Order: sequence, then C-alpha cells, then structure tokens
Amino acid sequence: MSMSPVEGVALAEIDSGGGGADAPKEKGFVGRSPGQLAMLRLRRDRTAMVSGAMLVFFVLVGLAAPLIEALYGISPRDQFQAKLDGFGMPLGYAGGVSGDHFFGLEPNLGRDIFIRLVYGLRTSLLIAFAAAVITAVIGIALGALAGYLGGWLDAVINWITDLTLAMPFLIIALALTPTLTLRFYGERDAVSPAFGVGVLIAVFAIFGWTGTARLVRGQVIALREREFVEAAKASGAGLAHMLFRQLLPNIWAPILVSFSLAVPQFITSEAALSFIGVGLTEETPSFGRMIYQSLDYLQTDPAFVFFPGITIFALVFAFNLFGDALRDALDPKSSR
Amino acid sequence: MPESAPSGQLDDRPSVPEQRGTDGPYLRVDDLRVRFDTEDGVVRAVDGVSFAVERGRTLGIVGESGSGKSVTSLAILGLHNPKRTTVSGEIHVGGRQLVGLPEAEVRRLRGRDMAMIFQDPLSALHPYYTVGKQIVEAYRVHHPRAGKREARQRAVDMLGRVGIPQPARRFDQYPHEFSGGMRQRAMIAMALVNDPDLLIADEPTTALDVTVQAQILDLLADLQAEFHSAIIMITHDLGVVSQVADDVLVMYGGRAVERGSVEQVLRRPQHPYTWGLLSSVPSLHGDADAELVPIRGNPPSLINLPPGCAFHPRCRYADRNGDRSRTEVPQLGPAGEDGHLVACHLSADDRTRLYAEDIAHVGVAR
Amino acid sequence: MSVETVEPLLRVRGLTKHFPVRSGFRNRSVVRAVDGLDFDVRPGETLGLVGESGCGKTTTGRMLVRLLEPTAGSIEFAGRDITHAGRRELRPLRQDLQIIFQDPYASLNPRHTVGRIVAMPLQVNGTNPPGGIKARVQELLELVGLNPEHYNRYPHEFSGGQRQRIGIARALALRPKLIVADEPVSALDVSIQAQVVNLLRDLQRDLGLAFVFIAHDLAVVRHFCQRVAVMYLGKIVEIGDRDDIYERPQHPYTRALLSAIPDVTKLGPAGRIRLAGDVPTPLDPPSGCRFRTRCWKAQDICATEEPALVSRDGGNQAAACHFPERGPVEATPGGQPAAAPAGRGAEPAGQGAEPAGTGAGVEEVSR
Repeated sequence: MSMSPVEGVALAEIDSGGGGADAPKEKGFVGRSPGQLAMLRLRRDRTAMVSGAMLVFFVLVGLAAPLIEALYGISPRDQFQAKLDGFGMPLGYAGGVSGDHFFGLEPNLGRDIFIRLVYGLRTSLLIAFAAAVITAVIGIALGALAGYLGGWLDAVINWITDLTLAMPFLIIALALTPTLTLRFYGERDAVSPAFGVGVLIAVFAIFGWTGTARLVRGQVIALREREFVEAAKASGAGLAHMLFRQLLPNIWAPILVSFSLAVPQFITSEAALSFIGVGLTEETPSFGRMIYQSLDYLQTDPAFVFFPGITIFALVFAFNLFGDALRDALDPKSSR
Repeated sequence: MPESAPSGQLDDRPSVPEQRGTDGPYLRVDDLRVRFDTEDGVVRAVDGVSFAVERGRTLGIVGESGSGKSVTSLAILGLHNPKRTTVSGEIHVGGRQLVGLPEAEVRRLRGRDMAMIFQDPLSALHPYYTVGKQIVEAYRVHHPRAGKREARQRAVDMLGRVGIPQPARRFDQYPHEFSGGMRQRAMIAMALVNDPDLLIADEPTTALDVTVQAQILDLLADLQAEFHSAIIMITHDLGVVSQVADDVLVMYGGRAVERGSVEQVLRRPQHPYTWGLLSSVPSLHGDADAELVPIRGNPPSLINLPPGCAFHPRCRYADRNGDRSRTEVPQLGPAGEDGHLVACHLSADDRTRLYAEDIAHVGVAR
Repeated sequence: MSVETVEPLLRVRGLTKHFPVRSGFRNRSVVRAVDGLDFDVRPGETLGLVGESGCGKTTTGRMLVRLLEPTAGSIEFAGRDITHAGRRELRPLRQDLQIIFQDPYASLNPRHTVGRIVAMPLQVNGTNPPGGIKARVQELLELVGLNPEHYNRYPHEFSGGQRQRIGIARALALRPKLIVADEPVSALDVSIQAQVVNLLRDLQRDLGLAFVFIAHDLAVVRHFCQRVAVMYLGKIVEIGDRDDIYERPQHPYTRALLSAIPDVTKLGPAGRIRLAGDVPTPLDPPSGCRFRTRCWKAQDICATEEPALVSRDGGNQAAACHFPERGPVEATPGGQPAAAPAGRGAEPAGQGAEPAGTGAGVEEVSR
C-alpha cells in the first residue's frame, strides 16, 4: 500500500486497528463491521486522505494555540507600532512579512497576523464544533422521538421545526445579539469575549437543529417498519434500547455526513456575523473580524486580506471535501 | 376465451400443441458468455451457455439466485450496459446474429421480434401514464405510420385478448388502479402488441398468488398456441417448469449443467444438482412426514466460483472421481438419450445407479 | 369445536384488525384486514396459516406477538389474556412467545454482530443464562447449524439461508413455547428452503415448540404443520387436520388453491379448477360469503348470509361454506356445474357496481 507522507500521518491510528487485507485470515473469525468497510473505502480515497490530513492539521493548530504563542513569543494583543510607517502601514514587503512576523502585521494597530490567525482558527473551530454538536444532539433527540413515536408528538415537533425554519435567521441574529449583550452588560461595560462566543453558539444552536431533526426523523421512519426493529419490539425492548441500540447505529452515517458539512457552514456563518458586527467583540481574534477590518486596506495592504481569506477558504474547502468523501465511503451506492 | 368466464371453470385443454418449426430454431444461442467488471473483481455471470428454441416451443430455464438465468435473458435482448459488460458468443434471432450488432439495430428488433415480461409489473409499468398509452407507445415505436385510432384499437384488442374485462374502459386507467394479476396481464399485452416471435418471461408469476399464477400460465399457453411464438420461461419454480415447458435448461454458477426435454430432465434427471432440486421440493403428495432432502451448503458466489465443477462443494458424489471434480470443468455432453445433455464427471452407469438408489424414492422425484 | 383435553397454549377468539385509511377528503373507510378469527394452538402443535396475499395472515401473526394492536377480539396465551397487555405485563410472556420474520435481509440489524443479534432478547429481558450470555449464544448458533466461531461476524457476511438461521437462533434465545413464523422460507432459494424447513422441524420436535406457521406455499405447510387454517379476505374459511385439508378439503377455495399449485410430479398443464379474477379488495369485501364472487357454486344465499365456520361431521375439520364439497380432492368438482354460464347474474345483493359476468371486475381498487 503506497501512500504519501501526509496520508501516512492521518492513517497511523487507523492502521493500528484495522489491519491489512490479509488480517482476517490470521485473526480467524473476526468479521468486518460496516464501519470498518467504510473506513477501508475512505482510506482508498485520496481526496479524503488529503482533506482529512488538512483538517487534522487545523485542529491541532487550534488546540495548540497557547503553545504556538509561547514558541512564537508574540501574543495576539501585542502591538508593534515601531514597525509601522507614518500612515500606520507595516514596513517591509507584503504587509511586513519577516522572520519575526510570518504573515506580517496589521495596519494601524500593528498586531501580528499569524498569531491572531492561530487564535482566530481556535475561536472559529470552537464555535463551529460546539454549535454542530449541540445542534446534532437537539436534532437527533427531537428527530428520533418524532420519527419513532409518531402521533401527536411528531405533529408538535414538526410544528416547532416549521416555526423555527420560518424565522428569519439573520434578522433575529442581528436583533438578538445586541439586545442580549445590553441586557447582561449594560451600555458601557466591557463585554467579556466568552460571552460573545456563547451568544453566537446559542444563536446557531437555536436555528441549526432543524436540518438534522428532519434528516433523523425521515431515517427513523424508514427504519421503524424494518423487521429487525420489530424483532426487538417483539422481544420486549424499551424505548431506550430501540433508539440507542437498534435505530441510531443505523443512521449515524448520514448524521456524521451532515455534521461534517454543518461545521464549515457554521465557520462561514460566524465569519459573516462577525463581519457585519454582531458576532464577537474586538479583542477576540476571529476570521470574520479580520476580514472585515482588512477590507479597508484592500488596495494599500492586500496581504492583510490575503492571509485570513486563504486560511478560511482552505478550512471550509477541506471540511466540504471531507464531508463528501465521507458520504461516498459510508454509502457507496449513492454517488456512482 | 378461457379467461372471460366469470368464475371457476374447468380446464381440460390438452397441453401446448406441438408445432415444430420447419426452418430451424427461431432462437439459437451459442457459447454465450457475459462478464461484468465490478469493484470486487470480474463476475462471469454466464460462462458458455448454448441452447435453441423453436417457434411454438417453450424453454424453461431453471436456477437459483446467481445462476445466471436472468443475465442470459437480458443478454439476448441486448439490455446490458456495454460499458461494464462484455458479451461474447453468438445469439441468432430469426437468422440474425445479435452479438456485436450496433445498439440501434438491436433496438429495432427489441419489442418487434422479441419482447420481455418482467417479474414485477409495477416497476416495469410507468406510474404516470395510463396503461393504454403505454401499450400504444410500444406499438407505435415499431409502427410509426399507424394512426392514433388504429393504435388505440390495437391496444384495446390486446387488453381484451389477455383477459382484461372491459378493455376499452381499462385502457384509460393507471397501473395503480390495476390489481397484481391485471398488471401482469397488461404487461403481457404490451409485450405482445407487436406480435413478437420470441417472448422472454423472467419469473412472470413469482410475485403473484397461486390462483392468479395459474391464470397467467394458462394465458401464456393460449397465446403461444395462437401466435406460434417461441417462449423462454425463466423461473426457480420446478412446478411452473413442469407445467409449461417443452425443454428445460438447468443452470448453476453461470453454466448449463443439464439440458433436455421436460420429460427427460424432470423424470430422468442426470445431474446431481437437478436431483438435489427435485428431492428438496416439498410435495403435495406422498408422505408428508418424510424429511426433505436438501442440497447441503449455499449457492456459490459468481465472483469466487469453486474450481472444477462449480457444484462439487455441495455434491454428495464429488469424491467418486478422485480430484477431477475439483480440477476439471465438466463439459455438457450426451447423457444417453437423444437430446439429453449433462455436464457431470460421473459415468452414465454411475448416474443411473445412484439415481435409482438414492433419489428416485424421495421428494417429488418419486 | 375441537373437544380436546389439553388446555390450549394459545386461544384466539374473534380476533379483528381494521386499518383506517383516508381516501379523499374526510372520507374515512377501513381495510378489514382480519375479521373475526377463532383458533387454538395446543402446546407443541404446529398450525399452518395459509392464504393468498391480502388475506390477513401476516397481520394475524403480528397481532399474536403484539406488534399490532387488535381492533377487537381476544388473545389468550397460557391462560392469560394478553390482548391489550402493556410492555411490562407482557414481559414474562415475551419469553414464551417469539417471531421469525420473512426477509432474512431486513430482519437482522446490519450494524450488529451475530452475537449481539442473538443475544438481544436475553439482554432486553435481563436474562442471564447459566454460563453467561456468550456461551448461550454460541450454543444457539450451533443448534441452528451455524459455526459458533462466527459470533463476531456481521450479517452481510452471510448468505440468505444462514441469515434466516440467525433469525431462528434469536427467536429461540429465550426458550419460547410458541413461535410465530411469518413466511420463514419464502425468500430463500429452493435448495435452501428444504434446509430451513428441516431445521424448523427438528427444533419443533426436539424442543417441543408450538408453531403458528404463516405461508402462502401449501406444499411447505404440508411438510411442517399438523393442523392447517386456510384464510381468505381476513377470515378463516377452513380449518382442520393436515390430512383432512389436503386430502378431503371441504371449502371450494381450499380446493381451488390446491388445484392451482403447479405440480412437479405431473407434466403439462395441471390442476383442473381455475378461479377467475383476483382477490377482492378488503376495503369493501363482498357481502355474505367473501369467496362467492369467485366461487363456481355460489347461490343467492351466499350473498345474503355469511356461512359460519362449523364442523360438518363432528370432527376437527370445519369449513365456512353453505355448499361444502365432499370426498377426496381428485374427484373435485367433476359433476358440479363448474363451467357455469359466463353471464351468471345471480348476485342479488351484488354490492359492486360492476355488472356480473366480470368476476375479475370485483377486484377493482376503489378510490
């Protein structure tokens, strides 16, 4: 099995568990689970491996942000006014790229772009993952209950879903965030960065669960009449067993795919909200804010736009590619 | 006529009239091979099958899932995706060789000279068009100059001919308004609207109830007597075969293992697989408490066919010829009687003796 | 009917299931899937439930294991009324009452190993067999003829016949007294059917199991069941011991059904009775005797009065027919005016708008 070094890194953990093609014979009667088969298909998929490796890299960078800060020796709040010219523009080429400042400096404030990107990545991933997990949990719970129990509960949950979908996301986000901030902090108080993050996650959670709920409900309804579900029912299985043992293991594939496609969506939404100013506070490093600020310098300092732009693009692109590859691996019939 | 009576009626018609064609068989298949390239490897779905069907005769092709019986019929109609399928050998329909013919040529023959009846009429009929419109379409493909009224009249006639009451009214109904048996009749009407000389029926009654199955089988026999067409009946049900077939081809693992007249194959079977089928079928007669004698093991995967005789892992007599069953593929050869062929390493004497000793007294073989 | 000293294990009285269907706006009607069944199953006995599609045999099986809630009637199991018992009340009885499904592909959870599938009933009921669950599962796998070492494999690694064996092992896990087998062999290849029928027969004999064996294939039922009930449009039209049903059927429908089965032992067109048309829709079943629209013996009374399922000769065989047949099956309806005039209009209570004469017209799906 030949693979590039990049692939090798991502595969290290898989290889230790999966075993090669000749493993089953040696191990005797160990079957391949559908999950293992999907993993095998994923491993054969070059796109999946490259995008997966990129994602692992991004996540590691996000997690290791304080460590990187220590090694790099610059904090995201440090200002290097000395390295700016009289107009507040960074000295040197390409926005002040140098051995000290890998991606150069921000105009005006003179903060280091590289370390702010690292922390921005951390913020974005934190918000996106937290929102995706919460929406998935809400969506799975409501969808599974509605699909499996049906009846009036299904009707009520459907009604709530429709209601949520009918609410204009952007307008409510625009209205809600400042109102909440005002309510908790008052006019002049310094708003804590954590609060801004929390509000964003909450807004995403309120609006983001409907897709998953609908998906899960549909899948559960399709499975509900399958004979293996009836077999469990005929054996006297309770609600928890039916949902967690019988039904959910059969729908984690589409859930996983929708999860992996929801994360990049939340990343861009966060950037968009920060861009229009309802997202995070100024101190919190974030992709959206950086791009928003950089637009003023589009002509004078294009490097300031370039670095955050290319990073968010690579991140979202890798997520989407991986999500598609995951769908192909989990359900090989759907694509070809 | 026989289908128009309202309720239970006696059926004492003689068997299908024996009208042998004089100008050779209408369909002749020589050494047909069909291969699919799949992710897991090459599937040899059909591996060297030969047979012939004359006009007015019915060939029953018997086999289990994965025996290649349905693939054979699709190959005759040229319905395989050419990108992933390799078809070789020769298929002569009415004197024309079809393998390698351009798609457009085969399409001209399909429907006009040869037609197919599928197992599931609901998926073969389009749900958004009326039954009548679909039959008219099928007719006008091959009769482009036929007028609207003429085509409609033809379709109504066909619906009536296959025993659908009030055909003129039924013409404007949709498939979902038909019951299962009626749908199958409508599909037969569609298949027959162009008077094809060759009719391929792939498990036409498997999805139907027994009382309806009996009607459909009668109908096919009547239509055959009237139109003098050649029929291939593909089925897993030996009962259906015994009822309608003149000749029988038994397939296993993509190869023909036995071929002969229905009398020869079902009364004096020569291949251990045919024996196994006969002894495992539960019967309506004889000792109900007697154990059925199943064939041991499972049907083979076409991707990973056993070497030598594909049946040897399940054959009770595989060891009688040393290693031959495992190493050498048995060829279809004369089994003694005229026209009876078998692909088995056992000697003719052995087969006769074993059949008499082990098989003749169990199951429906009795 | 049957005067037996043994207390029946399963006693079904007036079992009924109507499914509401909405057709059009505010126009509710019901599908009479099962309409008043009475039958008993004694311990260790095998009862075959046969009939064509739509006769309600599968619905009956689902009601017996309480996957469906009966509309009316009662199900008594081992002397206890379980017709409307909740999950908790049923728990002790679940162990005695299990089901085997038709489709070996849909009936096993594809994400579970064979070991988990077979162990499921034990775990759900909190049963801890001596020697542990794993030992019991392996014992079960061996019992149904599978390699116990395959414990860790997944369903997709098995063939159809093997999967059906897994389903059987699961049904046996709790040592049931009665198994409802819903078409357990009809999805299998011919050569595999016999394997599974033999397995079920061996298990039935060795473990003393009672079976309700649901099938459309009368030949398979004959090899497995001691008693047979023939269903038509939600009702039992005939019930009796196997030999009576197969050798001396009284109901015309039973005769027609037997006659329609292609017989390998006879070459050429076999069977002498042909029913015209299809089974009518259970949305609007014929009045009186439900079989009358396809019956060659139907008279006026058949449309007005529903025949009761009663025994003629005081024996175990009962048929719901005003004009039951007599004698062995071969002599069927020889002298009867079976080839009746095509335009039989003798359907006074003809509820269908269809003019008589089109027996097949009765099956029209109403909208």
